[in-house]
Amino acid sequence: MKDFALLFRQPSYDYTKATKEEMQAIQKKWHDWAGGIAAQGKLSSSGPRLAMEGKVLKAGGVVTDGPFVEIREILGSFIVVKADSLEEATTLAHGCPALDANGSVEIRPIFG
Amino acid sequence: MYKEQEYLKQLFQQEFAKMVAVISRLYGLQHIEIAEDIVSETFLLATETWGAKGVPPNPTAWLYTVAKQKTLYHFRRNKIFDQKVVPQIRAEVENDSEIEDPDFSEQNIKDSQLQMLFAVCTPAIASEAQIGLALRVLCGFGIDEIAEAFLTNKETINKRLFRAKDKLRMENVKMELPAEAEISARLDNVLHVIYLLFSEGYYSKTQNQILQKDLCLEALRLGLMLTEYDKTNQPKTNALIALMCFHASRFGARETDEGALVLYEQQNEELWDKELIHQGSRFLNISAMGNEVSSYHLEAKIAYWHCLKEDSKEKWEDILQLYNQLLLVNYSPSVALNRTYALYKANGWQPALAEAEKLKLETNHFYFLLLGELYKNADKGKAKLNLQKALALAKTKTEKEGIQKKIDKLSDLSGG
Repeated sequence: MKDFALLFRQPSYDYTKATKEEMQAIQKKWHDWAGGIAAQGKLSSSGPRLAMEGKVLKAGGVVTDGPFVEIREILGSFIVVKADSLEEATTLAHGCPALDANGSVEIRPIFG
Repeated sequence: MYKEQEYLKQLFQQEFAKMVAVISRLYGLQHIEIAEDIVSETFLLATETWGAKGVPPNPTAWLYTVAKQKTLYHFRRNKIFDQKVVPQIRAEVENDSEIEDPDFSEQNIKDSQLQMLFAVCTPAIASEAQIGLALRVLCGFGIDEIAEAFLTNKETINKRLFRAKDKLRMENVKMELPAEAEISARLDNVLHVIYLLFSEGYYSKTQNQILQKDLCLEALRLGLMLTEYDKTNQPKTNALIALMCFHASRFGARETDEGALVLYEQQNEELWDKELIHQGSRFLNISAMGNEVSSYHLEAKIAYWHCLKEDSKEKWEDILQLYNQLLLVNYSPSVALNRTYALYKANGWQPALAEAEKLKLETNHFYFLLLGELYKNADKGKAKLNLQKALALAKTKTEKEGIQKKIDKLSDLSGG
């Protein structure tokens, strides 16, 4: 088995209008989804969570504040899964809650 | 007569561990076998003397006095031997003014046992040998009892213990508490051994119910010992104790008078030990102080929910999330199966069936039991097929009977 990173991107992470119940429902979706991968013994690492604020450094020393408006989808965070092939890793990505938020999951093999 | 024998057995079991710890602490862990011999000889003398004259008013004090004499005799004689036969170490021995008395005060017994607990749980020893050694020197179990617990013979256990003690010598393991910086990591080892000890009792291979219960209570006792010392009285220690209390509360309910196993769903909750559940909740509350969430925390909370028989949305949702978390730190097929069952109870059979199909734990009869349960809602034929697979894989008679009942019930429902 090889390791693959699943990178989540969403157009927005603005949950200021979400109710407490809606937030809980979103969290539950993520936990249930990751739990399903872990139940198959295929979760390598649940990865670090990235905060939404940050800075961007560009060539020429230009620093801008995040969020990173020029990119259509913002990197949320990532997990690392174990799979025999890129295809299998892609199957694991199905059901990812980022997709429900019009986002995407990028599946990338990890060297090593 | 039987009562007296039972009393002596318990007394010896308790005192064995205490005296071996104190003597080993005084003379060094390399002499642990001598310590065991001295204590065994003390018991032999006690049985003979008390058999003739009756048990003295303070039997513990009697044992300590005799053990003290025997220890001093042994090490003095040893000293003479060393001085005469091994003259090169004379200087060292002469500096060593007098042979010290073993101190059987309550405090020293406590300290010595705690140190012994850390010594036995050194990562240098393989876990199977570790449990055996723990049962012997920390719990005072006899070799035949340990052999029965492991469903093996005395010879195997003796060999295993010998190797474990040899390892203690080779690794030069000392009777001391780890340095403060190491204590948390070393404590993990200790807690793990206690957890294994408890599981060995709870899911024991032996049919001897008294022995099973004894193993669990000893594990609980060792856990409680850790709460008496600030540095080891950590949230995870309390979480493990809570976990053991909740499980142990079902002892009276999980077996019929004839010794057959009663599955959780069929248990009479009136027989659950309310006091142990109460104690478990108390330790669970203490374990919530601090930021750490160990796997014991998660398992204890799950066990807590199982002490409430009635189902609720909140209960199963919480259990599901606890299993989701537990899988991240501690994957095992049984955790994966339990998680999928919780998913069924919390989210319904459809998502659970989809997830269950992906698990592919095809050597595990619980897997097919779960599939059978889930297919009941969709396809009775497939449900039956899975239950039959479970039946073929199940090992014990009780399990086979339980599965057969499910198959019969399903056939009744589907009309044939």
